[in-house]
Amino acid sequence: MAFRLKLVPTRTNIDFFRWQWITFGGSIVASIVSILAVVIMGLNFGIDFKGGTTIRTESTNAVDVGVYRAAVSDLGLGDVSITQVFDPSFREDQHVAMLRIAPQEGDEAVTPESIDAVEQALKKVDEAITFPSVESVGPKVSQELIWKAVIAVVAASAGIAFYVWLRFEWQFAVGTVAALVHDVLVTVGIFAIFQLKFDLTIVAALLTILGYSVNDTVVIFDRLRENLAKYKAMPLRDMMNLTTNETLSRTVMTATTTLLALAALIIFGGDVIRGFVFAMFFGVIIGTYSTLYVAKNIVLMLGVDRSEKQKKERSKGDHEFANIDA
Amino acid sequence: MTHTPLWKNLLIWSIVLLGVAFSVPNLFYDRVEKHNDAVAAITTAGGTATPEQEADRSLWPDWLPSYVVPLGLDLRGGAHLLAEVKVADVYAARIDAMWPDVRDALRGVRDQVGNVRRQPSVDGVLRVAISNPDGMAVALEKVRALATPVVSLTGIGSNDIEVTSEGTDIVVQLSEAERQATDQRTIQQSLEIIRRRVDEVGTREPTIQRQGEDRILIQVPGIGSAAELKSLIGTTAKLTFHPVVSVTQDAGANPGPRNELLPSMDEKGVYYIVEQTPVVTGEELTNAQPAFDQNGRPAVEFQFNAGGARKFGDYTANNIGKPFAIVLDNEVISAPVIQSHIPGGRGIITGKFTVEQSTELAVLLRAGALPAEMTFLEERTIGPELGQDSIDAGQKAALVGAGLVALYMIASYGIFGTFAVIALAFNIAMIFAVLSVIGATLTLPGIAGIVLTMGVAVDANVLIYERVREELREGKSPGAAIEIGFGKALSAIVDSNLTSIITAVIMFVVGSGPVRGFAVTTGIGIMTSMFTAVYVTRAIINLYLGWRHPKTITV
Repeated sequence: MAFRLKLVPTRTNIDFFRWQWITFGGSIVASIVSILAVVIMGLNFGIDFKGGTTIRTESTNAVDVGVYRAAVSDLGLGDVSITQVFDPSFREDQHVAMLRIAPQEGDEAVTPESIDAVEQALKKVDEAITFPSVESVGPKVSQELIWKAVIAVVAASAGIAFYVWLRFEWQFAVGTVAALVHDVLVTVGIFAIFQLKFDLTIVAALLTILGYSVNDTVVIFDRLRENLAKYKAMPLRDMMNLTTNETLSRTVMTATTTLLALAALIIFGGDVIRGFVFAMFFGVIIGTYSTLYVAKNIVLMLGVDRSEKQKKERSKGDHEFANIDA
Repeated sequence: MTHTPLWKNLLIWSIVLLGVAFSVPNLFYDRVEKHNDAVAAITTAGGTATPEQEADRSLWPDWLPSYVVPLGLDLRGGAHLLAEVKVADVYAARIDAMWPDVRDALRGVRDQVGNVRRQPSVDGVLRVAISNPDGMAVALEKVRALATPVVSLTGIGSNDIEVTSEGTDIVVQLSEAERQATDQRTIQQSLEIIRRRVDEVGTREPTIQRQGEDRILIQVPGIGSAAELKSLIGTTAKLTFHPVVSVTQDAGANPGPRNELLPSMDEKGVYYIVEQTPVVTGEELTNAQPAFDQNGRPAVEFQFNAGGARKFGDYTANNIGKPFAIVLDNEVISAPVIQSHIPGGRGIITGKFTVEQSTELAVLLRAGALPAEMTFLEERTIGPELGQDSIDAGQKAALVGAGLVALYMIASYGIFGTFAVIALAFNIAMIFAVLSVIGATLTLPGIAGIVLTMGVAVDANVLIYERVREELREGKSPGAAIEIGFGKALSAIVDSNLTSIITAVIMFVVGSGPVRGFAVTTGIGIMTSMFTAVYVTRAIINLYLGWRHPKTITV
């Protein structure tokens, strides 16, 4: 037999419900902690959602945040935050920093004069400085973008729930959505706890996580449906374990290929999209976890009405009034 | 083992071949782009090519596909602006301009309405008080007579102004239908002006489009900064009306003192010598719209304000039968001959117009200056170096990601893993082919989407192979195991991919800019991956089984 790399042995017999009060309970706790983190600590919104201006600076000279701050402090632009950016893909003499200016009065994104003032002030302290990107979003647009983002996530969840309900039973749809809510909450929670920048691309990442997580869940449900028809007498709990063990190899395999691709993006994809890729990387892990430990638990709790299903199937063959006494 | 029909095999391989053929130009991006630019330049020049253009053109054979994926601003560098047009400004100006007409109309019936006085009021509303309330009915009738029907699809049957009375005040404002029609015109005009301004600098593929009710999105690759773009747009087009001295074919003609030589906009090689001092300028034009002359030929109607009307009236009265040049940014749009004295500042330009041309001319005439102020709600500048860095980083990540996924698949599934990797390569080619042909813009998140697709696309193969393994364990023959494996995995593949498509579609609809770029590549990637993972892998395996006839297989 040829060599095969196997992360999961050929036959597994893991009881995924054995520690369910730890795993499922843990998920509930994590979700609550995430909500609290978002409420108490808040999200570090990027300019997409909060308005304001970011200026990316690049120079062959080392970045001195203190000097930059001193240079722009008396321009009367309010709160200016300056952070240096590090990335393995940068050249030896490539020093990058990000300046973030709070939104100014009115609808307007930013006045050309204030950008010009900042650029002039920084040029004074570092002649080699350039400004590879300047982005500015007015408060009007950012308000709309928040709404659009919320609508997008809700619409995607609803669309998925509807599809799953159409293809499976309603219990599966509830389980799927519970898993999705869990994935989104925990990912957003991580962004709140570590105060990572939360912008429009993170919402795209959340939607991708939704897609991935449901993809993963649906594959198991699909197999479960097949098994429900095959083993009519097996208790639901055992059947779910059987199904999950049967598909475990695939679950791990796909998670690994996806994470490999995302890892390449995290390391080599540059700092511009790192937050976005990180959200997806983390989301794939959470999504895989929720497939194994959240979605099915909900279905198990709700139960699947198998007797009715059998009755329906049987009544199809019988006379229309065969079970009239029921 | 069952046989796939020949036609099906041929179809599958031709699609793959097309995918590869249409993705190849992207590997020679610079060459193909130069070739395309040269071809476009030669076509606009009417088929004549400079030696340089000829050289650029020969960089890529004409008979090969030459579509390349357009690069987004974040990869190419450039400026992005989202502007909101203050459409309400125009209402105020329009209503303001009505005051002299209203006053004149009421003066004619002074004996019935008494004294007429303009009252202070909010922008966009004209309030006129009359001293004799008994004359209100007459006054209203007179003012209403000033209304004109709205020219728009939705506003049929309604007038442009609403005239009501409040006590001794006559209140005049634009009707809802007219407001809508005005908004439409204002935005159209703004779009047209911006397009003209941006086209003048001649950058590649600018995007200028309306967004929602009153917004305009402007994306210009290759421009230095958003501030530069703003000042470019802000420059007003200069519209002037000059007396024509003579017409010539000689580009080097000496116009004489206080005259100037201007080229014609449409007719090649025609030049007008006009007096340097304009009779009247576009700043005094209040409106211009497409119309028809008394013979039913397309024409353009225009309207000057009071000052312009006087100058224009005097000039036309004294110069009947002479041509008169309408000049936009130092190019003569047309030079109609003055047919009669034109009083009241209202005029009509006739010429050899089609309906489209008269519409365009009306837009151009109105397009002298931006009709309303614009607020810039969002602006982004990305330098070309940062774009290049992003392309490099994206390429590197894609190569490493592809390598890792390939290694892992081969290590896990041996020769069948290799088949999946070949199918994956075709998948990537097809994504680029589709992006190129439909002209979808590639952004940095879009590249991330492609890399992610590599990871997710093999999922279908994994589902199939895991099934085949199960069937093999149950002692099925290689052919049967593969047959059943593919069949049973299909429902899971379709279900899981459809849900991913749902999220991609929602991202595309709701998202903007970078998010949309990501939605496009993942969406296309999902669809092409279903094809490659199921059909192409199957075709490759069939080739392998047909060639080797293995007694046993290990997946």
